Amino acid sequence: MKKTICLYFQVHQPDRLRLYRFFDIGRESYYYDDFANKTILKRVAQRCYLPANEILLALIKQHRGAFRVSFSISGVVLDQFEKYAPEVIESFRELAKTGCVEFLAETYAHSLSSLVSEDEFIYQVKLHSAKIEELFGQKPKVFRNTELIYSDQIGSVVAAMGFRGMLTEGAKHILGWKSPNYIYTNSLNPRLKLLLKNFQLSDDIAFRFSDRSWTNWPLTSDKYVTWLSRSLEKEEIVNLFMDYETFGEHQQATTGIFEFLKHLPGAVLSQTEFEFLTPSEVCKKHQPVAPLHVPYAISWADEERDTSAWLGNELQNEAFEKLYAVRELVIASGDKTLLQDFLRLQESDHFYYMCTKFFSDGAVHKYFNPYETPYEAFINYMNVLSDFLVRVQKQALPQEVKSGTKIAAKRGSKKEKR
Amino acid sequence: MKVLMFGWEFPPHISGGLGTACYGLTKGLSNMGTEVLFVMPSASGDEDESAVKIINASDIAVTETAKNVRSVLEKVQFLRVGTNMIPYLTPEQFTEEVEKNRKGQVKDYKSILGQKYKFSGKYGSDLMEEVSRYAMVAAEIALRYDFDVIHAHDWLTYLAGTAAKRLTGKPLVVHVHATEFDRSGNNINTIVYDLEKLGMKEADKVIAVSNLTRNTVINKYGINPDKVVTVHNAVDFDGFEQLSVNRGVDDKIVTFLGRITFQKGPEYFIEAAAKVIRRYPKVRFVMTGSGDLLNRSIRRVAKLGIATNFHFTGFLRGEDVKKMFAYSDVYVMPSVSEPFGISPLEAMRSNVPTIISKQSGVAEVLHHAIKVDFWDIDAMADAIYGLLAYPALPAMAVRNGLEEVNALRWDNAAFRVNEIYAELIK
Repeated sequence: MKKTICLYFQVHQPDRLRLYRFFDIGRESYYYDDFANKTILKRVAQRCYLPANEILLALIKQHRGAFRVSFSISGVVLDQFEKYAPEVIESFRELAKTGCVEFLAETYAHSLSSLVSEDEFIYQVKLHSAKIEELFGQKPKVFRNTELIYSDQIGSVVAAMGFRGMLTEGAKHILGWKSPNYIYTNSLNPRLKLLLKNFQLSDDIAFRFSDRSWTNWPLTSDKYVTWLSRSLEKEEIVNLFMDYETFGEHQQATTGIFEFLKHLPGAVLSQTEFEFLTPSEVCKKHQPVAPLHVPYAISWADEERDTSAWLGNELQNEAFEKLYAVRELVIASGDKTLLQDFLRLQESDHFYYMCTKFFSDGAVHKYFNPYETPYEAFINYMNVLSDFLVRVQKQALPQEVKSGTKIAAKRGSKKEKR
Repeated sequence: MKVLMFGWEFPPHISGGLGTACYGLTKGLSNMGTEVLFVMPSASGDEDESAVKIINASDIAVTETAKNVRSVLEKVQFLRVGTNMIPYLTPEQFTEEVEKNRKGQVKDYKSILGQKYKFSGKYGSDLMEEVSRYAMVAAEIALRYDFDVIHAHDWLTYLAGTAAKRLTGKPLVVHVHATEFDRSGNNINTIVYDLEKLGMKEADKVIAVSNLTRNTVINKYGINPDKVVTVHNAVDFDGFEQLSVNRGVDDKIVTFLGRITFQKGPEYFIEAAAKVIRRYPKVRFVMTGSGDLLNRSIRRVAKLGIATNFHFTGFLRGEDVKKMFAYSDVYVMPSVSEPFGISPLEAMRSNVPTIISKQSGVAEVLHHAIKVDFWDIDAMADAIYGLLAYPALPAMAVRNGLEEVNALRWDNAAFRVNEIYAELIK
């Protein structure tokens, strides 16, 4: 049996909030920094999404189906593409047409809903799957959660939704002596297969590629293929999961990252017996070796590989709790703009900006971060959230009256007539 | 290693942060085994001598240097003794002066032979005279004692340090706790400026208490960046006690504490207060201290119509300062220019969440204080509102802030200073 390399790229940009002072609470309810969002999206599209898509398309054609990749594109970034850079969606469509590209499911808002509300989580996943189907004509069969967050519980919810497989981090503290280079299953529902990120080999590209103090610099595709071969000597599959922005943005074009990308598939296919497969194909082909027990949520972030980058301090917890406390009311209101804002406010990035770990945990946290300190991020978010809560309360009041006494209902209806 | 250190004050009798900083630094140095001879103009005898040997300049009679007045004056020409003191002149002017007054000077110098000078050690009207007398005594001390390095704190002692260096050839370190630009904005006293510049030029190393001050030293005094290093101040909380107080009002209290002068930016605090009160009425603002902008500040508060929520306490000292911190829910330091700034650390030590201006040296070492530009009253108001309205914010800032200020040890600063000494005598 051929051994497998599975590539998955994450595409996401948050809706950054504008500078929102407390004077605005109750007065002005537009929350987003359109200028920053548009500028950054267009820049990343120019530097990364468009040129990288072009290279992938050429590679797929060149290798006649032997080169295959997968993407997870958040719903909110798709909305941004539609608004500011529709040509990016077009280029992803071109990739979809080749039949060699799989699109994965995730939460629409790139949110942390899996950690707090099963209902919200399921709602967002369905919303996202529908969007993907609408744009790219495929129904996602494999799920990947925001920042690869995973636990036994989340896995069983995902399995119940009918997904075949799920992606997560090959976290050392979970795996222990086990290797990430096999397929595992959810411990509650063995039908859900787990693909684990090989963080060593993934990060060699995503983080270390241009690091001149790294002993292996410069990294060439030939050198990288020998590492892949070594990893796959006995084991079955290497999962290379990374942000798509690695190509051209985190690692700029001048570092040679695009050249690396262009040569890697050819080097793998000519020098080894390995094949490229998408996550669904992996799930079909490979047999799991064991169930994986993950009682507490893991992720791909930082040294800890846990969720502390988003919900690790009291600022983040406070903002998070206040937001989700009004979920029922928002849904009951049925108000379209409230629902929209509720989605956007759930983006994990807002909580990431409040992380105090980045005082010690360097550059990654600072990337794309519009705030100088987590305190500023919190104040700004809470001002926005305060306004949002005021709106939710206003919407909720008439609803309560209607469902209350008949007299109240009558009064309400009279008013409406007037 | 033995250091001859020139200061102006030393606890317990202090009027500013300089004495406290000297105390902390010398204690740290002594922990490292460095011996410090600390010269001050007027010692009271109740100074803590556990870490330093105090030399009281008021006790020293000028005898050694008087033995060979001419050769001493060759080396320390800038010292001109007389009742009409001009403590510093440019070299060109001075050549003329020296020629003209050589005889008079020698006579003057001889006249104080064997005499002691009673320094006040304060910052009074005869400060300039004290400064140059202090330098003369410094020359005397430099010849009597044995040491490896000279270390002078702030402009008052730069002449003394320079005199000691000229006479002994030992390396000189000057320590800049504040510059004339911090004290007076752009209307500087040029005599003070010249003295500061002399000290910095003469020094082998200049230590600045923050990068902000380092930049001032480089840009405004034209000192070679290679010899200016930053050693951040620290703070000593040994024996610090947390006061508990009963508050008379339920309203939250936001505090400004410091001299009400241009440097401290009181007007920005008032404008931000007005913005907050409009949206968050259950808050009181307190401005403590006095200064030349006090009356203007009171008028502005009245004009804004916020006087029922804005209070002036006048100058507070000692216990009352601690009490004020204990009353406070938010502490704001909107300084326009602050070389370092110890009071935010005291606030954080008292569990008060703190907002500081980015134009303060202390902003370089603090992560868990909220930082705003002093002129950005919207941001300042927003930060105050955030701390009042969102409980998680002060909780987090207080917990981490306490940890952070407790980690700012004088031992670390002293370690850096000691390294600088070692490099100089190599």
